[in-house]
Amino acid sequence: MSDNLAKDLASPAAGEGAMPTPPADAPATGAVPAATADAGALRDRPAGGGDELVRVTDLTKLFPVRRGTLVRRGAGAVRAVDGVSFAIDRGTTLGLVGESGSGKSTAGRLISRLLEPTSGSVVFDGQDISHLSSRQLRPLRRDIQMIFQDPYSSLNPRHTIGAIVAAPMRIQKQVPRRGVRDRVRELLELVGLNPEHYNRYPNEFSGGQRQRIGIARALATRPKLIIADEPVSALDVSIRAQIINLLDGLRTEFGLTYLFIAHDLSMVRHLSDRVAVMYLGQIIELADRTDLFSGALHPYTHALLSAVPIPDPTSHRRRERIRLHDEVPSPLNPPVACRFHPRCWKAQEICRTEAPPLLERAPGHQVACHFPEKRDVV
Amino acid sequence: MTAPPGEMMVDSVAAPAVVQTEGRSLWRSGWIRLRRDKPAMISGIFLILLALIAIFAPVIVSLLGHPPNEPHYDLLDPNTAAPRGRFGGMSWDYLLGVEPVNGRDIFSRTVYGARVSLLVALLATATAVIIGTVLGMLAGYLGGLWDTIIARLMDLLLSVPSVLFAIAIVAVIPNKAFGLSGSGLRIAVLVFVIGIFAWPYIGRIVRGQVLSLREREFIEASRSLGAGTFTVMFRELLPNVAAPVLVYSTLLIPTNILNEAALSYLGVGVRPPTASWGDSLAVSSHGWYSIEPIFMLAPGLAIFATVLAFNLLGDGLRDAFDPRGGGR
Repeated sequence: MSDNLAKDLASPAAGEGAMPTPPADAPATGAVPAATADAGALRDRPAGGGDELVRVTDLTKLFPVRRGTLVRRGAGAVRAVDGVSFAIDRGTTLGLVGESGSGKSTAGRLISRLLEPTSGSVVFDGQDISHLSSRQLRPLRRDIQMIFQDPYSSLNPRHTIGAIVAAPMRIQKQVPRRGVRDRVRELLELVGLNPEHYNRYPNEFSGGQRQRIGIARALATRPKLIIADEPVSALDVSIRAQIINLLDGLRTEFGLTYLFIAHDLSMVRHLSDRVAVMYLGQIIELADRTDLFSGALHPYTHALLSAVPIPDPTSHRRRERIRLHDEVPSPLNPPVACRFHPRCWKAQEICRTEAPPLLERAPGHQVACHFPEKRDVV
Repeated sequence: MTAPPGEMMVDSVAAPAVVQTEGRSLWRSGWIRLRRDKPAMISGIFLILLALIAIFAPVIVSLLGHPPNEPHYDLLDPNTAAPRGRFGGMSWDYLLGVEPVNGRDIFSRTVYGARVSLLVALLATATAVIIGTVLGMLAGYLGGLWDTIIARLMDLLLSVPSVLFAIAIVAVIPNKAFGLSGSGLRIAVLVFVIGIFAWPYIGRIVRGQVLSLREREFIEASRSLGAGTFTVMFRELLPNVAAPVLVYSTLLIPTNILNEAALSYLGVGVRPPTASWGDSLAVSSHGWYSIEPIFMLAPGLAIFATVLAFNLLGDGLRDAFDPRGGGR
């Protein structure tokens, strides 16, 4: 999975053929909205190249927290996703990385519109889907599919594999020419399962096989975008590579676009063209994969990178391991200004008073830090 | 670390050596477990026989007894109104003897009593299961205000003394209502009253199950495919609550049989002369049981055996379909 570790200068999409250039993101003029500021500082960005499949602008999701049993009163809100902006080009993969609680899964669910954004917009295939009703969303569900984290809870234990994989076609009333059953067999074969097993129940399959079933279900409606929410985190390490390779192969075969959510960088490195790092609801660094792995600028990214295992024991032992002290602060009451400052070893006075905007420091490489610098961690 | 050869095949794409294409569903594996449970199986067979007896009561009575409402004053002692002969007038002609006062065939009345008891208990349970499952799923899945209203309603119903309520309802219901009259109306009222007070037991269980199921990712998966509330409830949730609902409705039936008997005993059940176990118990308890014990034993044992059989079957079903939740 980490075979191309040293290839610093490799093109981000060396083998991908016609890879569109990343959209020319104009550097944001305002500051990244701080916890209290009105979300909207990053508005009016150019729409980028015509090959964007998804564009997310200033996406914000608040979960109100209520206290009290008899009299419900608001007690603030969790800013799960707080002013996130990015775009995914057709046929590419964006890796979205962050610790638990960073809002990466919420971001995925906002784009798939399982959740409705509090503010900001999600534009999918040229259409603003941020506030569509469930009825309006139904036809769009064909194009956006999800792969879930836990293969044990994402399949209904009372349905056969055939019923699970056929569910998207049934709900979407998409009957393939040759019939649903043939299509189910075809999908099972595609993900490397025995097509004769469609009458079996999920409990007869291993975790890896179940995740393959989940992938077959996601492919059933021939989607354009697949949001994979930590698809391999719950699997054995030995199985992870198989699933990653399967996803990789399917991407090439069907020209899929992925939003690949993961909690550590090693998982996204194989599959992603671009990588976004989230911390407490905000993107703190967004760059092409090779740029990020070889020239990360944000101290938090450095810390994450230093945790990626290196398959060579000598260099692994030589490498400096950055250990972050303290836990991730509560997103209910995040630190003011730079949200990373309480854990940052480079923090200065400005980090405590002023939020660093997400600025483009190199072509296609955005970072939100007052003191960005390259650092040799890998 | 050398894994046994079989271990490495866990995620293998290759088919297992024996290709078994048909999966084992919950129902199939539950049935296999249930078949090994002797008390449950015997109870099940007993209940099937009882149901057949109730359905074919006219045939059985025409072969082995006398019409249930036919008086036989000639078999009674005119001075005491008690049956002549020993054991309450038992004979090959009258298998369980005759009732005092009017000399009706106890065997026939016990057989016909099964009809009322089973009909009322099953219909009331069906009512409770339908209302309880739908409202329980709504409360658990939709949450919020729905949950508050439905949960409070269940608490309210469980705190109302249902027998007093039933007596009150029967008192205000006229002889003809809703296009029904006589026994039909009484049975409908019994079903309604018992069902309305029994559904919260099912509703609570369903709500609890749905609360934990709701967080599972397959619900989210279904929603992300575009499934609406109705589809999620009936296609995704219902199959997962079906087993506990089956178990608890089997355990609810005997409670409802006892409720029906109690209401009939109190005189608010089906009207005499329609035969019912509870009514027979009521009449026999007016001092006759000391003279003619069989008059009380026949309906009493019938209730006892039926309730016991349903409970044993319900326990067996719980062990078979809900192995983790056993005991309670």
